[in-house]
Amino acid sequence: MGALAVDKGEMSEFRGDNMIKVSKLSKIYSIGEVKTIALDNVSFQIDKGEYVAIMGPSGSGKSTLMHILGALDQPTSGQYILSGENVSKLDEDQLADIRNRKIGFVFQSYNLLPRTTTMQNVMLPMSYAGIEKEKKLETAKKYLEMVGLGNRLLHTTNQLSGGQQQRVAIARALVMNPAILLADEPTGNIASAQAEEIMSIFEKLNNQGHTIVMITHEPDIAKHAKRIIHIRDGKIEKDEKIKH
Amino acid sequence: MQDIIETIIEGFQTLTLNKMRTGLAILGIIIGIGSVITLISLGQGSQKSIEDQIQSLGSNLLTVSPARQSSGGIMGAQGGSTSLTLSDAKKIEEKLSTTLISKISPEYSSRSQIIAGRNNTNVSIIGVYPQYADIKKITMSKGVFITERDNSSISKVAVLGPTTATDLFGEIDPIGKTIKAGNQTLKVIGVTVSKGGSGFNNPDDMIYVPLTTAQKQIFGKTNLTSISIEAKSKEIMVQAQDEIGYLLLSEHKLTSPEEADFTIMSQSDLLSTVSQVTGTLTALLGGIAAISLLVGGIGIMNIMLVTVTERTREIGLRKALGAKKKTIITQFLIESILLTFIGGIFGMIFGLTASFVISKIMNLSYVISISSIALAIGVSSLIGIVFGLYPARKAANLQPIEALRYE
Repeated sequence: MGALAVDKGEMSEFRGDNMIKVSKLSKIYSIGEVKTIALDNVSFQIDKGEYVAIMGPSGSGKSTLMHILGALDQPTSGQYILSGENVSKLDEDQLADIRNRKIGFVFQSYNLLPRTTTMQNVMLPMSYAGIEKEKKLETAKKYLEMVGLGNRLLHTTNQLSGGQQQRVAIARALVMNPAILLADEPTGNIASAQAEEIMSIFEKLNNQGHTIVMITHEPDIAKHAKRIIHIRDGKIEKDEKIKH
Repeated sequence: MQDIIETIIEGFQTLTLNKMRTGLAILGIIIGIGSVITLISLGQGSQKSIEDQIQSLGSNLLTVSPARQSSGGIMGAQGGSTSLTLSDAKKIEEKLSTTLISKISPEYSSRSQIIAGRNNTNVSIIGVYPQYADIKKITMSKGVFITERDNSSISKVAVLGPTTATDLFGEIDPIGKTIKAGNQTLKVIGVTVSKGGSGFNNPDDMIYVPLTTAQKQIFGKTNLTSISIEAKSKEIMVQAQDEIGYLLLSEHKLTSPEEADFTIMSQSDLLSTVSQVTGTLTALLGGIAAISLLVGGIGIMNIMLVTVTERTREIGLRKALGAKKKTIITQFLIESILLTFIGGIFGMIFGLTASFVISKIMNLSYVISISSIALAIGVSSLIGIVFGLYPARKAANLQPIEALRYE
């Protein structure tokens, strides 16, 4: 797997297998006269196939980082390159395109469309990409089977348990074959037995070569990753590799 | 195209989730479109009824009526002059009957209370010569019309319109019965065939008497209230109108047309005047109904704004998954267009049904215009776009992180 990617200026700028390359990233919120620094000159790299947990207490800036990594928000300064594309200078619609093609989101509260079937939910990103119907059905079915919900294709989302709903969300995150899987507290709303199930899916995906970035504040969950980036006060506090 | 169809199906599903709210929003549009169509259709129907009625009187018809009279700059009341006399009519007949006109009918009409036994009614009594029936295409269902002899002998006879006959005598045959007009007793000698009409000057609600009887016996007047003239052909109408005008000017010893104490209306003048009036009325009614359509549109906007707020998280999610601004706008616009379009279709059905029923009750012509249907579909969709655009833009402009955090 990729080497430790702490920015000490010694890493090559031109490494071919960088999936995420963040340099001197800052995010400052100004409300009137008051300026809050959420991210302060953060730099790191994540290679293809890595499984990274970003940890930190609330208010540490990890959510802000997640939003920027997810192309949901733009940094105040600094650069973010995602699989070769400079995301920091894009407009709204271009960001939407990046999110659609390169990022698979898994949210804490699943964020599935209510009263629609699991198939419809999983097909949604493909609809935005303009993929034709047969291909959508086939792909959605394939990924739902992969997360073990092959027998729940036409269930509406409110008929499923929390763990099942999160597995639908994972299937949805995967259908566009994204560059990274970005999970924000993926087990936060799920009972522990089912949380283990979600974690084992992540592990399997990582073994298949998927790059996973997971934001969490639970050490038990974070330890499933192969690398943990600790954030505090908008700065990287520690970047450690976990041996399994 | 496939996307649009999918979005329409999806929008339809979303709308069925909250049937009560959807129904109420649609109801506003149904009432709006329905009332516009009903009122326009009724307006056009009554316009057509009036026009048909005028047309049925014959297209070669000229009507001479007294106009306001000015004496030394003092204007008299419109139509209130007594300038038109039987000798004018005789002069016109004498000078122009060989060249321009085929029939001429001098008339005196006024309203009066009529009594027959225990019944009474207030109707127009019109004093006529027999030519009147020819010019106005009146036919008899019973008995005979006023004759030349009735006029020369000032007979106290009357012919009733069918409505008047029913009002005064009900189911009883009125022939041979008597009616009282003022202090005169008249014998009923005939009943005319219904021409189908309503309102003022309804030919079915009239009493015809000899002109001499009307002038001398009933009202004690010597002037005429109108002269109806049939031109020999449609082509010479304008010429006839001019010739009659000049003849009457010289008869009345007037020098310029500005001083004329009479007006000559052709059937087409009348038709265009009436069409103009009823057209304005129709537009006015449609305009009033359009206000309710506007209110319906505002209702749609309100519902769509509520929907956008309720679905903030959903919008955030859709944007996170790659929906562009245009996609979100399209989604919400399609929902609002669906609302107004469905409202438009039902409104059209409602409007056409209501105008059919009302025109039957009011005995008007029933006009379905293609424009009403185009209006229902076009205007309702347009309302969907106009009133849906603001909520849709509001949805599209939501920031994905803000929207995802929204509780």
